[in-house]
Amino acid sequence: MNWRAIGAIYRFEMTRFFRTIYQSILSPVLSTVLYFVVFGAAIGGRIDTVEGIAYGAFIVPGLVMLSVLQQSISNASFGIYFPKFTGTIFELFSAPVSFFEIVMGFVGAAATKSLFVAVLIIATSFVFVDLHIIHPIWAMVFLILTALSFSLLGFILGIWAKSFEQLNIVPMLVVTPLVFLGGAFYSAAMLPGIWQVVVKFNPVLYLISGFRWAFFDVADVPVTLSLAAITVFLALCLAVIGWIFKTGWRLKS
Amino acid sequence: MAAIISIRDLKKSYDNGFEALKGVSLDIEKGEIIALLGPNGAGKTTLIGAVCGLVTISSGQALVGGFDVAKEPRRARRLIGLVPQELALDLFETVWNSVRFTRGLFGLPRDDSHIENVLKSLSLWDKKDNQCKELSGGMKRRVMIAKALSHNPEVLFLDEPTAGVDVNLRRDMWKVVGDLRNTGVTVILTTHYIEEAEEMADRVAVINKGSILLVEDKTQLMQSFGRKVLTLDLGAPLVTLPESLADYDLTRSEDGKQLSYAYDTREARTGITRLITDLAAEGIHVRDLDSTKSSLEDVFLDLVEEKA
Repeated sequence: MNWRAIGAIYRFEMTRFFRTIYQSILSPVLSTVLYFVVFGAAIGGRIDTVEGIAYGAFIVPGLVMLSVLQQSISNASFGIYFPKFTGTIFELFSAPVSFFEIVMGFVGAAATKSLFVAVLIIATSFVFVDLHIIHPIWAMVFLILTALSFSLLGFILGIWAKSFEQLNIVPMLVVTPLVFLGGAFYSAAMLPGIWQVVVKFNPVLYLISGFRWAFFDVADVPVTLSLAAITVFLALCLAVIGWIFKTGWRLKS
Repeated sequence: MAAIISIRDLKKSYDNGFEALKGVSLDIEKGEIIALLGPNGAGKTTLIGAVCGLVTISSGQALVGGFDVAKEPRRARRLIGLVPQELALDLFETVWNSVRFTRGLFGLPRDDSHIENVLKSLSLWDKKDNQCKELSGGMKRRVMIAKALSHNPEVLFLDEPTAGVDVNLRRDMWKVVGDLRNTGVTVILTTHYIEEAEEMADRVAVINKGSILLVEDKTQLMQSFGRKVLTLDLGAPLVTLPESLADYDLTRSEDGKQLSYAYDTREARTGITRLITDLAAEGIHVRDLDSTKSSLEDVFLDLVEEKA
């Protein structure tokens, strides 16, 4: 294993992150603050509690997941797409680095960045709402698994994308709707009849539910199911990455 | 001398049926500078890509330092530094970080003094903290070379190192390559500038349409295709060529003050003595003589046309 190469890629990516630290942090923190103001204060004032939890606090896990998903995907997809775009990717393929090592470097850095943002958002939310995390270890486990698997998804997206438009389309058209329909701002039980069934097909619901369980011991679906869902998703992404590695799809001529 | 790179019957074809390499075989000796000379689309970059791991080989074999690039890519690639044709750099990164990154990719421990030496040898030391976007085209190319040298490669591939740069920068690059020769690095450069191959290379491999047409020592190559031109300065302008001289391959200059005679040094008789005698017989006074060798460019064109 070429650990130094993994370290070099990781460091290079993290340097890029810290070079644009204000943009990297300001945007997710600002939008979270806006969510707190709009949903927590304005609307939350009329909702009071959901399943016994103050509405402002209830939406925190969903907001964190929204950011982690978006950040993981955009960090990893941009991370690998940028060298493709500028042509510097030749360097990775002509170096004694395996595809697995390349993935570890890029995905590791992307996941670290989104965890950094997640921690910052949780810290911000303490300013706005009264928050107590019941299972902090499990919260970390869910965060790390989610950051890793969605960074893998982002990496796949970055390899697939042929333009910046394509790079933006998945987070915009897929992830944001899935988070909104995945119970980020409400409990699935609050939905009318058929929708309760429909949302069960939304993988993000399982993530948010599991993460919320770690916060408040309240969940839409059993926590084991949440863990299983995220594991299956992780395995699926790894399988696709493995296939890309074998075939050189969109990478080698 | 032992071959550091050994290519055997290397083929590359694409899904659409296009054959970019049609069974290339080539041995490159340690420490030499070899130029792959060929027109655009000849297969030069594909050949480099196949050896460096950027292009999947369809059939055949390429060994670098004895390691098969397909079966033992890690060991083979450790020996190779690659400077591609395009200036591909992370423009927002500093020169120093950029070069250090490449060394890391090759699995080598941090070595600031080595990177310092590389940057100094390429006159980049005072630019080390600059972002790559602040550099000129020529300097960017040097950064690419510095990156390729950051891991002490034994073989350096330079793909069209002077494509699209002005004359001064080109001469500058020739000097850089000349200096590399002194460090013992084997250099493989591709070019479609004959002048460049002539200036830098020890050997020249002419490649066209995916096949190597010829590999030869540069001097021998020029000798073996030794056409020379004899220029005769005349005492008085010549209005028309006398009929008795019609059999010679003679060209009259516009002002009629010069005659050029093309001949082949490989032939037993060059015809020069007879020409001089015949000129004297016609009463044409010759003031001066000058003979020039044909350039590699002529040699190259001859070869490509001959095999086309």
